[in-house]
Amino acid sequence: MAEGKLCNKKTVDKIEQLNELLSDKSGKQYYEEMNYLDVDDKALWATMQKTLKSRLKTWLEICSHCGLCAESCFYYLANDRDPKQVPSYKIQDTLGQLLKRKGKVDNEFMQYCMDTAFAKCTCCTRCGVYCPFGIDTGIMFSYLRGLLFSQGFTPWEMKIGSGMHRIFRAQMDVTTEDWTETCEWMAEEYEDDWPGLKIPIDVQDADILYTVNAREPKHYPEDLAEAAILFHIAGENWTVPSEGWEETSLAMFAGDWAACKMQVESVYDAMKRLNPKRMVVTECGHAYRATVIEGPYWAGLKTGQTPIPSFHYVEWVAEALRTGKLKIDPAKKIKEPVTYQDSCNYIRNAGLKDVAREIMSYIAEDFREMSPCKEHNFCCGGGGGLNGIGRYRPQRNVGLKVKRDQILQTGAKLVIAPCHNCWDAIRDLEEVYDIGIRWSFLKPLLISMVEVPEHLQPKDE
Amino acid sequence: MYQFVTGPLAWFAFAVFFIGIIVRTVWYIRGLNWQMDRVAYRPHMRYGIRGAVRSIGYWLMPYGTHSWRNNPFFTLLVFLLHIGLLLTPLFLLGHNVLLQERWGFSLPTISESAADLLTILVIVSAVFLVLRRIALTEVRIITDVKDYLMIAVAVAPFVTGLIAHYQIGNYQFWLILHILCGELFLIAIPLTKLSHFILFFMSRAQLGMDYGIKRGGMKGKGLAW
Ligand code: SF4
Ligand code: SF4
Repeated sequence: MAEGKLCNKKTVDKIEQLNELLSDKSGKQYYEEMNYLDVDDKALWATMQKTLKSRLKTWLEICSHCGLCAESCFYYLANDRDPKQVPSYKIQDTLGQLLKRKGKVDNEFMQYCMDTAFAKCTCCTRCGVYCPFGIDTGIMFSYLRGLLFSQGFTPWEMKIGSGMHRIFRAQMDVTTEDWTETCEWMAEEYEDDWPGLKIPIDVQDADILYTVNAREPKHYPEDLAEAAILFHIAGENWTVPSEGWEETSLAMFAGDWAACKMQVESVYDAMKRLNPKRMVVTECGHAYRATVIEGPYWAGLKTGQTPIPSFHYVEWVAEALRTGKLKIDPAKKIKEPVTYQDSCNYIRNAGLKDVAREIMSYIAEDFREMSPCKEHNFCCGGGGGLNGIGRYRPQRNVGLKVKRDQILQTGAKLVIAPCHNCWDAIRDLEEVYDIGIRWSFLKPLLISMVEVPEHLQPKDE
Repeated sequence: MYQFVTGPLAWFAFAVFFIGIIVRTVWYIRGLNWQMDRVAYRPHMRYGIRGAVRSIGYWLMPYGTHSWRNNPFFTLLVFLLHIGLLLTPLFLLGHNVLLQERWGFSLPTISESAADLLTILVIVSAVFLVLRRIALTEVRIITDVKDYLMIAVAVAPFVTGLIAHYQIGNYQFWLILHILCGELFLIAIPLTKLSHFILFFMSRAQLGMDYGIKRGGMKGKGLAW
C-alpha cells in the first residue's frame, strides 16, 4: 500500500508527526503525496457496510431528483446556478457512486470526493430543510468526510487540526499552562479598570463553567477578559477548568470521529471533576454544536445530553438581560441599523433563533433581519472548516457572495456575529468585496452598553 | 386471461405490495441507530413524536412549507399527481364492484366524472413534471432513465384505464393491459424508488425527530419547515 510520509491513513497522535506536517508549508508535499495514496477499498466498503444504514441509504435511494434543494444551497446561488452545485447532484456523484461501486474507487475519485465534500459543501444542512423527503445532504457530506478521513483523503489543515485535538485536546497548540497563564494574565491586565476582576480556575461547585474556543487564548485573549468582565458585572459565580476548556472541534469538520470523542470527553471530565451547575460556551457556533449537540453521541451518552445542562453564550446573555443581571444603558443602545448573522450551528441546528432576537430587542434600536433569516438563513460561507483551508480559498471566496448580498440588502453597516466562523467569514468578505461594513461579537458591544453598578466602578484616586 | 389477471396475479401483486411495504418499514426502523444517527430516539420519545408529526404534517399540507411556497407551480403538480394517484384507484366505482365481487367488501366510491377528472389531472401533471425535468437545468442534471420509468409506471394504469373506460379500440385488450399496469405499479412500489410511498413518512419522521430531539426541538418552538 502506497502511503505518504505526511499524507497517509494514520492519525496524528505524536507531536513529531504534527511538527512535520506543520513544517510542510501550505501542505505542498502533503498534497503531492496524496496523488499516490492508495485506496483501501476493502476497509472502505467494510466501514460503509457497518455505518451506512437505513437513514443514509434511504436518502440516497428515494431522492426523486426533483431539484427543490438546488436553490436552498448558497453554493448553487453563488456559482450562478451551476447545476453541478445542486446538492442532490453533489452527493449522488460522490457518496452515491461510492455506494454503487461498493467502495471500489481510485485515487482520483477520492480526491474528487474530498474536493466536493469540502469546497462544495459546508455541511450547513440548509438543503435538508427544503427537501420534501427530508434528505439532509449536509449530514451525508459530513459522513463522507469521515470515510475520506479514514482513507487519508483530508485537507492538510484538517489533518493538522484533528492532530491538535488528539495531542493538545484543543484545535491549536495551547497547553494547560498556556491556558491558565493566559487567564491569569488577562485578569491582571484588566484588574485596574475592573477592581476585583478574576478569572477563577478550577473552582468546585460554581454556578457556571465557562469554556471557550482555543483561538481566544491563542489569538484574542481580550475576548476572555471581556467574558470575565461581563460575568463580573452580572455577579456570576463562575469558573474555567484548567483542563477541558476547549469546545471546538476541527475533528468534526475533518470527520475524525475518534478525535471528536477524545475532545468532548475532556470537557465532560471537567464537568464531572468540578461539579458546576451548568456550562456556558463562548460565542462560537461549531464549538457548541460539537460539544453540546453532537458530542454526547460520540461519547456514548444515551440521553444525548451533556452531563450537566449546557448553554450557548447567547442564551446566557439573553437570560442576564431578562433577569436584569446585565442592564443596558438606554442612551448607549445601538442606534444605527444593525443586523444579526444566524449561525447554522446554533440557530438551525440547535434552535436558538428566539434567544438571539430577544438580545437584539434589548440592545438595538434599529434591528434589521436578513432575508432569509433564523433557521432559514444562509451559511456565512465559512462553515464546515472552509475558512481555514488554503486549497479551497477561491471557492470559499465565491461562496461569500451570498452573505455579502444578504447583508447589503439590510442596509446595515454593523453585523453582529456571535460565532467565530461567521465572524471570520464576514471579516474576510469585507476584505475581498470591500462593502464598508463592521462586524462584532456580542461581548465588546455589551461592555460598551451595560450599566456598571456603583461598587464595581474603578475608584478614582 | 381476465380471470387470471384479476385472480392469482392480483393476489400476487397485492401480496408483494403489502408484504413489501411492511418489510421496508421494518427494515427502516431496524436500521436506525441512536448513536450513528446521533439522535436519542428512545429517551425523548415525546419530543421525537412531536417533531415527527410536525415534520410530516407541514409537508403533507399543500403550500405548508417554505419549499412548497417557493415553488408554487411544482407544488401544485405534485399534489394533484399524488392526490389522483391515491384516491382514484381506491374509490373508483369499477374497482369497488370488483372488490365486492371477489373479496366481499368495498370502499365508498366517487362519481365517474370525479374519477375522470382526477385521472386527467394525474396525466396532465405527469406530463408537466416530465417537461419540467427536461426544461430546468438543475433538474435535468440529476435526472436519469429511472426517473422517467417511475413516472411511466405510475401513470400507465391511468392512461390505459381511461382508454378502456371510453372503449377506444379493443376494450378487452385495454382492460387487461390496464390491470397489468396496475399490478406492475403495485409491485414496483416496494421494490423501487416508488417506495417513497412509505419511506416518505419514515424519512420525514426521522428528520423530524432529529430536529425535535437534538437540533433545538427541546429548547425552541420547533423548526419552521
Ligand atoms: S430536494 Fe430532496 S428529493 Fe429533491 S432532488 Fe433534492 S435531495 Fe432529491
Ligand atoms: S449542506 Fe449547505 S452547503 Fe451543503 S449542499 Fe446542503 S445547502 Fe449546500
